[in-house]
Amino acid sequence: MNIQVKINGKNVKSEIDADLLLIDYLRDNGCLSVKRGCETSNCGLCTVLMNGKPVLSCSVLAARADGSEIYTLEGLQKEAEEFGTFVANQGAEQCGFCNPGFIMNVIAMLRENENPTDDEIKEYLAGNLCRCSGYEGQFRAIKNFLAQRGAK
Amino acid sequence: MLTINEYVKVKSLEEAYELNQKKTNRIIGGMLWLKMSTLRVQTAIDMSGLSLDNIEETDEEFKIGAMTTLRQLETNESLNNYTNGAIRESVRHIVGVQFRNSATIGGSIYGRYGFSDVLTMFLALDSYVELYKGGIVPLSEFAKMKADRDIIVNIIVKKKPLKCVYMSERISKTDFPVLAVCVSECDGKFIASVGARPARAEAITDCEGILSNGINAESAEKFGKYVTEKLNFNSNMRGSAEYREHLSKVLVKRAVMALGGK
Ligand SMILES: Cc1cc2nc3c(=O)[nH]c(=O)nc-3n(C[C@H](O)[C@H](O)[C@H](O)COP(=O)(O)OP(=O)(O)OC[C@H]3O[C@@H](n4cnc5c(N)ncnc54)[C@H](O)[C@@H]3O)c2cc1C
Ligand code: FES
Ligand code: FES
Repeated sequence: MNIQVKINGKNVKSEIDADLLLIDYLRDNGCLSVKRGCETSNCGLCTVLMNGKPVLSCSVLAARADGSEIYTLEGLQKEAEEFGTFVANQGAEQCGFCNPGFIMNVIAMLRENENPTDDEIKEYLAGNLCRCSGYEGQFRAIKNFLAQRGAK
Repeated sequence: MLTINEYVKVKSLEEAYELNQKKTNRIIGGMLWLKMSTLRVQTAIDMSGLSLDNIEETDEEFKIGAMTTLRQLETNESLNNYTNGAIRESVRHIVGVQFRNSATIGGSIYGRYGFSDVLTMFLALDSYVELYKGGIVPLSEFAKMKADRDIIVNIIVKKKPLKCVYMSERISKTDFPVLAVCVSECDGKFIASVGARPARAEAITDCEGILSNGINAESAEKFGKYVTEKLNFNSNMRGSAEYREHLSKVLVKRAVMALGGK
């Protein structure tokens, strides 16, 4: 079947199999930041923005994305770099495997809610699993990022 | 692994219904549950073009389209005002925001899952399932029906004077619930719906008027026992039947107290 998707601002037309997953479709189209962590809809690593909303690309069919607008880290360079560099400088992470999904969902959170409370941060990011850090580092980094941004 | 041969974005409910009569075809809601299966689907039926992804409110009812996501339920202001935030509480622990942006109410109710927060929640309201062929059936009836090949079009919630509290117990955040409870006072009737026993949620009404002379620690505890005695509980990796039975008494009591205890 044929689909047309706007990937990171660029219209892409493709012929796909009916059961191709969005994650594989995006990777086939050069978005290698999108990765699999679990593939059981649990870890959040494969998060992308679909029509502005964060979704699990491992659990959405590419066919369902027909006509939609998708953003991955590759298309959000400025936002991703700003926050990503900040997180790195804070030494918030360990192996960094969870990072792409985490950054995507932080971007989604801040677009919906500019000044989230502690509880709102924890709730919004509950679906992003990290097997190393215990979450304290990332949580601190987000808080410092918000404080620094507020101070500007 | 789920495999799919053909994908059809249907133009009408009739088309969806016709396709769905074939055993090897399947409606795709959010696909999150389906994806965990090893089904070999001939035709995936996509209803996302039928404008079933919204919540309509009139003076009498809420009409929630089958493709409405759990995240929409969570963030809808009037639904949450009406239920004192219980709807938000019932779904906000389900996996994560990204997950809830895809999972649908249609797939959640159709599945009648034994762990379902969603079914537990809606059973404590005056809820109905609008089926394409089967018409409008009370959710309590639908919850007991065997899965067939009809299509859920809307979930309807009749607006009645309501107070409502939702509580669940989870071993860890974002896991399935060990037990889920929703207590409501709906049009003067007290109802406790208990799910994740693990068995399809069931609603028990206070037919003996235990709470009608006022809510206090004593009557709340009595109602908790009353409800729990009418239900069966089972064991799985998350907890034993005995533990769940105990939890049920405690959570029903707590929810009743939160509803208006003194
Ligand atoms: C990892 C994981 C964790 C979960 N945790 C929880 C939890 O803690 N609490 C909880 O309550 N739920 C939980 N769920 C269930 C989830 O919330 C949804 O209820 C479930 O995924 C079904 O919704 P869906 O939109 O994904 O449906 P799908 O997977 O698309 O469909 C499920 C079934 O419903 C059928 N169907 C879909 N829409 C319709 C319709 N309109 N008419 C007729 N049939 C239809 C499909 O054909 C299919 O048979 C979990 C699911 C997963 C995968
Ligand atoms: S890979 Fe998609 S949620 Fe883990
Ligand atoms: S830092 Fe290793 S998984 Fe998160």
